[in-house]
Amino acid sequence: MSTGNGVAPRPGDPPITPELVDEHGLSPDEFAQIQRILGRDPTFTELGVFSAMWSEHCGYKNSKRLLRLLPTQAPWVIQGPGENAGVIDVGEGYALAFKIESHNHPSAVEPYQGAATGIGGILRDVFTMGARPVATLNSLHFGDLDRPRVRYLFGGVVKGIGDYGNCVGIPSTGGEVYFDRGYEENPIVNAMCLGLMRTEDLIRGTAEGVGNTLMAVGARTGRDGIHGATFASEELSEGDDEASRPQVQVGDPFTEKLLLEASLELIASGHIVGIQDMGAAGLTSSGSEMAGRSGTGVEMDVALVPVREDGMTPYEILLSESQERMLVVAAAGREDAVREILEKWELEAATIGSVTASGTFRVLEDGVVVADIPALPLTEGCPTYERPGEEGDEVCALRTMDISSHVEPPAGLRDAFLRVVGSPNVASKQWVYEQYDTTVRANSIERPGGDAGVIRIPGTNRGVAASTDCNGRHTYLNPRAGAMGAVAEAARNVACTGAVPMAITNCLNFGSPLKTHIMHQFRETVLGMRDACAYLETPVTGGNVSFYNETDGKAVYPTPVIGMIGVIGDLDTIVRHAFRDTGDVIFLLGTNTGELGGSEYLYAVHDLVAGEPPGVDLAAERALQRCILAMAAARVLRSAHDVASGGLAATLTESCLGGPRNGGGVGAAVRFEDALPDTALLFGEDQGRVVVSCAPGAVEQLQRLAADYGVPCTRIGTVTGAGSALRIETVSSALRLELDVLRERYFGAIPGIMNEAG
Amino acid sequence: MNVAVITFPGSNCDQDCVRSVELAGGSARYVWHREVSLGDSDAVIVPGGFAHGDYLRPGAIARFSPIMDAVIDFGRGGGLVVGICNGFQVLCEAGLLPGALLRNRSLRFQSHDCFMRVERSDTPYTGDYRVGQVIGMPLSHADGNYYADPDTLAALEAEGRVVFRYCDADGAVTQDANPNGSLNNIAGIANARGNVLGMMPHPDRAIEAVLGSLDGLPLFTSLVGALARAEVA
Repeated sequence: MSTGNGVAPRPGDPPITPELVDEHGLSPDEFAQIQRILGRDPTFTELGVFSAMWSEHCGYKNSKRLLRLLPTQAPWVIQGPGENAGVIDVGEGYALAFKIESHNHPSAVEPYQGAATGIGGILRDVFTMGARPVATLNSLHFGDLDRPRVRYLFGGVVKGIGDYGNCVGIPSTGGEVYFDRGYEENPIVNAMCLGLMRTEDLIRGTAEGVGNTLMAVGARTGRDGIHGATFASEELSEGDDEASRPQVQVGDPFTEKLLLEASLELIASGHIVGIQDMGAAGLTSSGSEMAGRSGTGVEMDVALVPVREDGMTPYEILLSESQERMLVVAAAGREDAVREILEKWELEAATIGSVTASGTFRVLEDGVVVADIPALPLTEGCPTYERPGEEGDEVCALRTMDISSHVEPPAGLRDAFLRVVGSPNVASKQWVYEQYDTTVRANSIERPGGDAGVIRIPGTNRGVAASTDCNGRHTYLNPRAGAMGAVAEAARNVACTGAVPMAITNCLNFGSPLKTHIMHQFRETVLGMRDACAYLETPVTGGNVSFYNETDGKAVYPTPVIGMIGVIGDLDTIVRHAFRDTGDVIFLLGTNTGELGGSEYLYAVHDLVAGEPPGVDLAAERALQRCILAMAAARVLRSAHDVASGGLAATLTESCLGGPRNGGGVGAAVRFEDALPDTALLFGEDQGRVVVSCAPGAVEQLQRLAADYGVPCTRIGTVTGAGSALRIETVSSALRLELDVLRERYFGAIPGIMNEAG
Repeated sequence: MNVAVITFPGSNCDQDCVRSVELAGGSARYVWHREVSLGDSDAVIVPGGFAHGDYLRPGAIARFSPIMDAVIDFGRGGGLVVGICNGFQVLCEAGLLPGALLRNRSLRFQSHDCFMRVERSDTPYTGDYRVGQVIGMPLSHADGNYYADPDTLAALEAEGRVVFRYCDADGAVTQDANPNGSLNNIAGIANARGNVLGMMPHPDRAIEAVLGSLDGLPLFTSLVGALARAEVA
């Protein structure tokens, strides 16, 4: 491969010094490798290109080796990791593209735009596959809401997500919001998008066909977000807010809507062969990755790229992360037809280059070559590392702490119950999801607030269920068990609606991988995820790694957010989480073991993050989920609700109250015979449990199905109807919780904090 | 019989409206905002969304889209025009309906179900409802707070042009049941002739049992029925 034909330093560019290399986040060894690839020193422009492509964000240099351990295959997987989004077959000729991505660093600096552009990016990843976005979910983790700065971040992120997604017209169907001081300085903002297409409409991000035309489409290129990918691969420090702001991009959802419609029309037209978002590392990553995937080369002239301001250098144009831009490969001769479609949608399109046979990423400025880099080594040759890991002393001490002295509730069981139900982690997230359009496009079958959101596949009676889950406290205390738990819970949530868990996308949010205790967390997380995904037959189809979520050396909890997809073949069999009719019989599926380690109870009542978090029995979990699905298919269930954060207390409360606008909800009377302390029984977060209800006449059938699947099934009580209370008896106590009191605690908690504290 | 559904570049509910008309037994087609004629359309729906990004204020730019002159002429001439959500905002900006939709009292975007009381069943849009009927459907907007000056408001009430009013599940018109601060709990109004309707909640999202409500469908069956009767006459 010959490169460097005519590449010479550009007048005005700084000389390549070891300091400059270091500022670009490249080690001396990595620089030497770049010199070997090029057979010479890189130009300043080329150094910038390598810096972005070999950043953690684009190159996965510290994660790739471990990520290879994850299962990625199944007969229903159409596209696994490596593309803009994963794709699975969801039946009746439809394919679902889906992916989750982080926008943590920008959101920590400028929450509104950071979160908004996160939505924009993930939508583009999905519609560039040829799929129409049909739903979004968000997994958000913040510090405690009693801190004003956290309220500012939380409010800004929610408004940013809402304003962007609402304008583009994509319903939000779920997600999670989690609060813990472990996220004080660094919020986790992960956005997931689902898109549907006919299977034959799938298109990939490739630059095939020598002679085809490269076109820059959409917004103009400005100086915003230059080196965002590298920024996302660094720790933040105090005072970064101001200095980093230029690295945060500004979103324009209306342009996004135009891009969405235009892209889908372009793909349907047959005039283009490939399309990719100019996301992280902008034109650099989209151009080189499309060439790398196709084994071709690309040549482009930055002087032809429409820009917002004069005097931009090739370095800036290549690395800009201005939003709402796409790189399109048009079939030769069809450029005018492409332009016509874009003009209809009031979008700009400029021919900037072509596909070549050179195998290189070649960039010109007004005809003068400023970069010429072999595409594959650039996109695939990023050096990878497997760094040593060891559990940190601090977390080891917390994990092994004897928590038995904290089992007793200091102010009694009723007080503890109401505190757990009213803690922002358990309490209703209505304040959040009512700021998101949840019903646009008229296919939202199960809206936020239940176990998983369900979207109908238009024109069919099938549905796609989706849930995002990660209990950061569990993964902090024991990353392997926590990661297994996240996969298990996400699958269980989906199964509780009657949908078969199919595949996941993941977003792995961690601190600095250069630290041994963080690397230990990462490794353990991947291993836990591998085991759970393999056992539950939910392969990983893609995702995102976000390292360096640290401020002044303090890292976030290891937070592997799982975005699970399920398919429900007949929407008439959908199951919801709320109890329904008076006299319905309530059962617990699974076994109470009373695990308080890492529980919401310890945090909310004892201000403690400690203990061994619940483990996952994968065989029992799989049996439980298959059992739930069989019950749903047989239409035995009146309700099904997973037991997770806040334990049985949260589950029973939620099943009694239903949604925020359900009126008063219904009461229930339950009795537990378990020989466990009351708090362990009611607030334990043991995995593998679901509370279900059925009509009195279906009791035998339900019990028979549970026995068929070997799932422990305990009759615990009955639904007592409107206007009554939630009554709970244990072997040692009796509680009567009036629905009005529960409603106030559960629905009033977050609005109370946000409206009063401001 | 043909219902024109106007598609602005930022329309998000045009497909929902076409589907609603079809489910109601009618036929509908999309009319791109840059067209200048409604052709042989018998009625017009201005759908929800963010017509031109809702920059400046909702509907302010949409009002100047080329198709709007035809829509205004059609409405002034007695043609049936209904604006839903953003469409209501556009019709107010275009002068086909009085008043304005201000920012919600909460100052936030709101997306949730609401109840409305049907105040009139003698419009082309509400014939399949009963007066006093309580209907439930989603709303989804940041600017749905209906405002009109006192004289206009008095005229609306005196002439019985308030078609839908926010209420609670039992039909009581209370401030608690007013989601956005609208004057007199107004959710939907008609023009003086009764041929133009604007409403903030989304009947186009309440057209199938599987979506949780069927209460929006009568609006479309009423419209389709009115058009069919007009054809016969």
